Amino acid sequence: MFVASAFAASAQDAAEATHSETGVAPDGAHGPSFPPFDSSTFPSQLLWLAITFGLFYLFLKRVVLPRIGGILEVRRDRIAQDLDQAARMKEDADQAVAAYEQELADARKKANVIGQEARDAAKAEADAERQSVEKELEAKLGEAEKRIATIKDTAMKDVGTIAEDTAAAIVQELVGGRLDKTAAAAAVKALK
Amino acid sequence: MANDPIHQFQISKWIPIEIGGLDFSFTNSSAFMVATVAAAGAFLFLTTSSRGLVPGRLQSISEMAYEFVASMLRDAAGSHGMRFFPFVFSLFMFVLVANLLGLFPYFFTVTSHIIVTFALALLVIGTVIVYGFWKHGFGFLKLFVPEGVPAVLVPLVVLIEVVSFLSRPISLSVRLFANMLAGHITLKVFAGFVTSLSALGAVGVTGAVLPLIMTVAITGLEFLVAFLQAYVFAVLTCMYLNDALHPSH
Repeated sequence: MFVASAFAASAQDAAEATHSETGVAPDGAHGPSFPPFDSSTFPSQLLWLAITFGLFYLFLKRVVLPRIGGILEVRRDRIAQDLDQAARMKEDADQAVAAYEQELADARKKANVIGQEARDAAKAEADAERQSVEKELEAKLGEAEKRIATIKDTAMKDVGTIAEDTAAAIVQELVGGRLDKTAAAAAVKALK
Repeated sequence: MANDPIHQFQISKWIPIEIGGLDFSFTNSSAFMVATVAAAGAFLFLTTSSRGLVPGRLQSISEMAYEFVASMLRDAAGSHGMRFFPFVFSLFMFVLVANLLGLFPYFFTVTSHIIVTFALALLVIGTVIVYGFWKHGFGFLKLFVPEGVPAVLVPLVVLIEVVSFLSRPISLSVRLFANMLAGHITLKVFAGFVTSLSALGAVGVTGAVLPLIMTVAITGLEFLVAFLQAYVFAVLTCMYLNDALHPSH
């Protein structure tokens, strides 16, 4: 109902402003001058569209788009540059780490060598000392053995005379006669 | 008259100009074309004037619009299509800003007039035809003969292709025009209900709440439509330009 009255008002309003040359067939509700189809306004709209859109196109093409494109390109370059730099710095850091590790490995190797040398030297010294001690001990042992042998020899010799003396004494006690010393010696020798 | 949903499309002369019997007056439509161009141009120009390496919010909007249209064109028409970038970007910005400006109350919607949208569509198709023939000569006509079609069907297919090509400027322009026109009429009708109903007293005012909610909702929808139609116009332009660049399907 409200729309209908509105349309009626529009029809009246339109009737005043009607441009008779519109090609649109009159259709009761809207009147003949439905504005978008009013061809009398076409030349003006086309002209001003051409002027405004043409200027807009030129302005964008000459000024705005190169500027925005430039901004984006600068940013892209800058980001690429920063990434490059970051990559370079990472490479440096990697190299530093590698150098550090190399140095550490060298130092470790060197420490091992030094330790090994010290161990070897100590071992050699110990060996030498042991050998000298052993040699000394051997010499002492030999000497001792020699002494024991001589002592044994003299002891054995003494044993003979003691046996002779003892035999002579026993014989004397038992028999009462005197035993010839040589005979006793011979007898001891025979027993031996 | 306040409730007339058609009144908003009325063109009124501001400065009458007549040349050779034709009426070239500076009208409210012309004024809003100027406003559209000035607003879009000034926004793009001023927001990028600092050339910030790290963009602010407004500069981001300009850059997003740039990259949005650039990727749209590159996807549809390949890197060769970038020669048309200023053209497509201008079309997109012009239609978008004209649509958005039209959403302000009492503002005129430039794109709600078929002659404007049709002129823009003809500009697109004209560019396609001129560039197509200039670049490919008569090879451009391969556009109408898809490969791998049986010889018997070729005349029929060619006829269909020609008709579809000719209907492009019409569909391109009518889509934008009709969306803007219908949206604004709907808005006006619902807004008209609000005033008409509230004139009826307390009951009417209560009843007017519903159309008021509708008006708010449709306003939101119209913002979407304003963007969407600009996008559709630009995407179709890209696809048609792709035909001019690569006529053999």
